[in-house]
Amino acid sequence: MSKYTEDELAKDLEVQEYKYGFTTDIESDQAPIGLNEDIIRFISAKKEEPKWLLDIRLEAFEVWKGMVEPEWAHVQYTKPDFQAIRYYSAPKQSKKFESWDDVDEEMKITMKKLGISLEEQKRLTGTNVAVDFVMDSVSVGTSFKAKLKELGIIFCSFSEAVQDHPELVREHMGTVVPTKDNFYAALNSAVFTDGSFCYIPKGVRCPMELSTYFRINEGGTGQFERTLVIADKGSYVSYLEGCTAPQRDENQLHAAVVELIAKDDAEIKYSTVQNWYPGDKNGVGGIFNFVTKRGICGTNAKISWTQVETGSAVTWKYPSCILKGDNSIGEFFSVAVTNNFQQADTGTKMIHLGKNTKSTIISKGISAGKSHNSYRGLVQIHKNATNSRNFSQCDSLLMTDECGAHTYPYIECKNSSSKIEHEATTSKIGEDQIFYCLQRGISEEKAIGLIVNGYCKEVLNQLPMEFAVEAQKLLSISLEGSVG
Amino acid sequence: MIKINDLHAKIGEKEILKGLSLEVKAGEIHAIMGPNGAGKSTLASILAGREDYEVTAGQVDFQGEDLLELSTEDRAREGLFLAFQYPVEIPGVSNINFLRTAINEIREYNKEEPVSAKDFMAMVREKSALVELDSKLASRSVNEGFSGGEKKRNEIFQMAMLAPKLAILDETDSGLDIDALRIVANGVNKLRTSENATIVITHYQRLLDHIVPDFVHVLYDGKIVKTGGKELALELEEKGYDWIKAELAN
Repeated sequence: MSKYTEDELAKDLEVQEYKYGFTTDIESDQAPIGLNEDIIRFISAKKEEPKWLLDIRLEAFEVWKGMVEPEWAHVQYTKPDFQAIRYYSAPKQSKKFESWDDVDEEMKITMKKLGISLEEQKRLTGTNVAVDFVMDSVSVGTSFKAKLKELGIIFCSFSEAVQDHPELVREHMGTVVPTKDNFYAALNSAVFTDGSFCYIPKGVRCPMELSTYFRINEGGTGQFERTLVIADKGSYVSYLEGCTAPQRDENQLHAAVVELIAKDDAEIKYSTVQNWYPGDKNGVGGIFNFVTKRGICGTNAKISWTQVETGSAVTWKYPSCILKGDNSIGEFFSVAVTNNFQQADTGTKMIHLGKNTKSTIISKGISAGKSHNSYRGLVQIHKNATNSRNFSQCDSLLMTDECGAHTYPYIECKNSSSKIEHEATTSKIGEDQIFYCLQRGISEEKAIGLIVNGYCKEVLNQLPMEFAVEAQKLLSISLEGSVG
Repeated sequence: MIKINDLHAKIGEKEILKGLSLEVKAGEIHAIMGPNGAGKSTLASILAGREDYEVTAGQVDFQGEDLLELSTEDRAREGLFLAFQYPVEIPGVSNINFLRTAINEIREYNKEEPVSAKDFMAMVREKSALVELDSKLASRSVNEGFSGGEKKRNEIFQMAMLAPKLAILDETDSGLDIDALRIVANGVNKLRTSENATIVITHYQRLLDHIVPDFVHVLYDGKIVKTGGKELALELEEKGYDWIKAELAN
């Protein structure tokens, strides 16, 4: 019988290289390696920042020095040497880009490889996506700025926002994720270099998807971006971030902070398709992704996190919602895929403070190879959160006998009128299901794609249409030939 | 169509098929009956290409090709269809998407263009009517939340959509009430042509009242021990299998 053997599988996986593994040869403007107060002053000066921001950085650095790296997550890795990282690396530019046409040729090629070239932008005009592109530490261009400006929407790099809208940044930055929040948030607050900033004025419904593309390029650099999204009263925005990094042997650190602020009656939909380099099949290299993402809801506001995570060697990430206002809603939809030696510890926190607040958690973990995939979630209902409700569903799918799926749900409830539901399942991908597909003439590869996408359907349905298709492909690619 | 010669197969150390031979020609319907554990479902699984079984001897010729050399999916693409005794559920995957993927994979194998959405939907409407399957079921996830009867009807619906050369119905009648049995049997009869063939595996004669076989075989202890016309099924129904065992013992 000409059966697809495990050896062939292994061979296929070996040759299946990370699609986005390339480096761009652009001269860059760098800080010396290492971390101290001077480096922070250097970054701040490079960015021509106001004093209040430098003060925030220095204070964060002081706090960080007194903190220890968290160890409670179900991941094992060699801790980064924070003195061996370069904290600032900007592609050398002669001037600021006024339009995409001014962008450096090399960088244009990079963007083309990532599928967000100028041509792509033009094509995307129809589907309404504005893109901000962060390469290493600096944001290099934001499209559709003029069109958004007409509506009073601000969508720009974080550095530009600091220059052009300091009052908005100063008022909101750190209000959701305080400097002292955790080890990596403190580090980020001290050394963050760039990121995206978005402000939607009162009552405005943003007519297009806003999108940021992150890419780590320079070897030995860390990427510490800072994203701040503010949806003023009664406004709506849908925001998407995508991530890639080149293939490197050493582990690279990515420690971002994302803060979302949905004021009364506002809604923010934040979607992530994360495809950082996961390391090779032996677990060498890959990105350490230690990210703090959190949003706060005013009265009747809604924040919805959707994430499809297939990359990174180690992921440590809990997009959360603080449901402060009455009747506010928090949602978390997640697909996390781990293969080979990847490790993910991801989940969410839903903090119910207001009355009649509602949260929904749908988490789908898929483990393949020798990977470990953990869901960690906290549902916390405070004593004034009367009639609040939570529904959680955590499903784990195992593809091999050597991988692991772990679930750590925490529930704290201090209000007797609240209702909390938690459902969890763990299953192994069914040989019966695959055989059934094969018997209908469907190849094993397509069968796995079908089954896994079916399994994740509830989450994929939450993504904007054009990204859902991308995410589906990504899932199939990440798991190709991984049944054992 | 298919010619099985002296087939031996085992699962683990246990030999299940012990020299089974059977030939089915185009246009024919064959029924395979036999007591529990005789190897009926094993035969279906081996022909379809399930890897749990090891074929230790024998040959299977399927339309001039060595069936045992083909992968599971290629057997299906060459026109072999198995209606499962226990169809699996595939949550989140619509029946329609599933079938369209299957049809297009088979078409690609035959170097044909993918089916157009319009033609496909017309086909779905036509074929689902054949087994009186609610068209809503066609949009639901594969077998998820289907009743036992709906699952079996869905198998025959898929068979109608894929138009196989050789269909093997593995105890398709089990768990069906009289009405569902009639519907499923009608579907199978309507799909019958002089170009295709069907092997019906069953415990009970009642299915054979609706799907009238050209030949009835008794499978016992890994071999076909008796072959006759449709009247053999009636005799088995009346006397059970013991007389065959007794005959063999002599």
